[in-house]
Amino acid sequence: MTTANTEPVSYPFNDADGLGLSEAYDRAQEDAGLLRVRLPYGEPAWLVTRYADARLVLGDRRFSRAEAAGRDVPRLGPANADTGILGMDPPDHTRLRTLVAKAFTAHRVERMRPDVRALAEGFLDAMEKKGPPADLVEDYALPIPVAVICRMLGVPEEDRPKFREWSDAALSTSSLTAEEFFAKREELRAYMAGLVAERRAQPQDDLMTALIDARDARDRLTELELIDLCVAILVAGHETTASQIPNFMVTLLEHPEHLAGLREEPDLIPAAVEELMRFVPLGAGASFPRYATEDVQVGGTLVRAGEPVLVAVGAANRDAHRFTAPGKLDFGRESQQHLGFGHGAHHCLGAPLARLELQEALRALILRFPGLRLAGDIGWKNEMIVRGPFSMPVGW
Amino acid sequence: MTVWKLDVDSTCCIGSGVCAGTAPELFVLEDDQARPVRAETAPDETALDAADSCPVAAITVRDETGETIGPRP
Repeated sequence: MTTANTEPVSYPFNDADGLGLSEAYDRAQEDAGLLRVRLPYGEPAWLVTRYADARLVLGDRRFSRAEAAGRDVPRLGPANADTGILGMDPPDHTRLRTLVAKAFTAHRVERMRPDVRALAEGFLDAMEKKGPPADLVEDYALPIPVAVICRMLGVPEEDRPKFREWSDAALSTSSLTAEEFFAKREELRAYMAGLVAERRAQPQDDLMTALIDARDARDRLTELELIDLCVAILVAGHETTASQIPNFMVTLLEHPEHLAGLREEPDLIPAAVEELMRFVPLGAGASFPRYATEDVQVGGTLVRAGEPVLVAVGAANRDAHRFTAPGKLDFGRESQQHLGFGHGAHHCLGAPLARLELQEALRALILRFPGLRLAGDIGWKNEMIVRGPFSMPVGW
Repeated sequence: MTVWKLDVDSTCCIGSGVCAGTAPELFVLEDDQARPVRAETAPDETALDAADSCPVAAITVRDETGETIGPRP
């Protein structure tokens, strides 16, 4: 039986290169209790790998994100930074989330579908005109979500090179020292504060203006919360989708019969996106631990009040206790309640938008280029919380 | 006494757990879907917050006249 005194094993298990899921998770899912792990930085933690345990820890108020403040948080990189809205519990978390939630509901986002489709087609036109090879990341996967979130929020798209560097830094692990990390964060905050000042002087029809109004007219959030919320929307609004578009394409190229099926029957694309969300383990490892506020039994381990728990979402999504043949890509699954967007109060705010972007990006790409193939080696990001190619040469 | 009526549309609820994670006194997850703990509640802004936060807008809050007051416009 694992106890808090058991010598922790080194974590994360997954390789940063590629999208593999470590076999160590299989064993952890079979063994009773939770695993004791130590990340490169911070205190040891419990690691949850099973689906049911993951839903409990992510969905239950007895597990707190706010309690991470002031702790030596188990983490991948040296900077022990506060994580804004992701580091809050209800009701503070609710206060901020409700200010932006409605802009991202499925109903609202669906109205953007024609624009997102046209955007994807436009980037494909440009790739075709330039001729192969193209970089699927730089020429397609990154500019689509960047353009969408910039227009929604009110950030100039042409600033992409600037905020890409800051945004990468925000999600980086070991490439930056803590000082460098905090310096980049201040640069990004200063940049955003500049845009907020412009909007205050000249209100626009965008989300940033709506948030400024929530602060200035209704006093719903502080100035720093306003800035950090805009930063969070910008970073979370593109980085993960920009990673998953090429991740999904890599996976489909490794499953040519699935890819051919989608080309024949594009109506399967929404179901395929859900299955790919389940199948592709995006994270190198688990991040953003929850702290127990009282003693709670989780998967056969008594987690004591004050102890941190990490959730390996990628592993939980391939838990054989929940999914039949979990390692098999199957677009016909009946139940698709994966945890790819998380679960509970912090369930991805932008999930409907991410779904729409992933569906439209895949659809346009696979229908345009029936002969789409890799035209060189993929360069994998290896010092980020999320995995994915930083460059992916393709031909057609 | 004024009461509000809570409803979760089971045809579109995806069981994200946002409502149950935000307002466990009002919503609970059961068989991968959410339902109100009680169909009626005393007026409580948390109910409106939960309706506003639902990613698929599956939650409806109505006042005693039957008028929809959440999600807020």
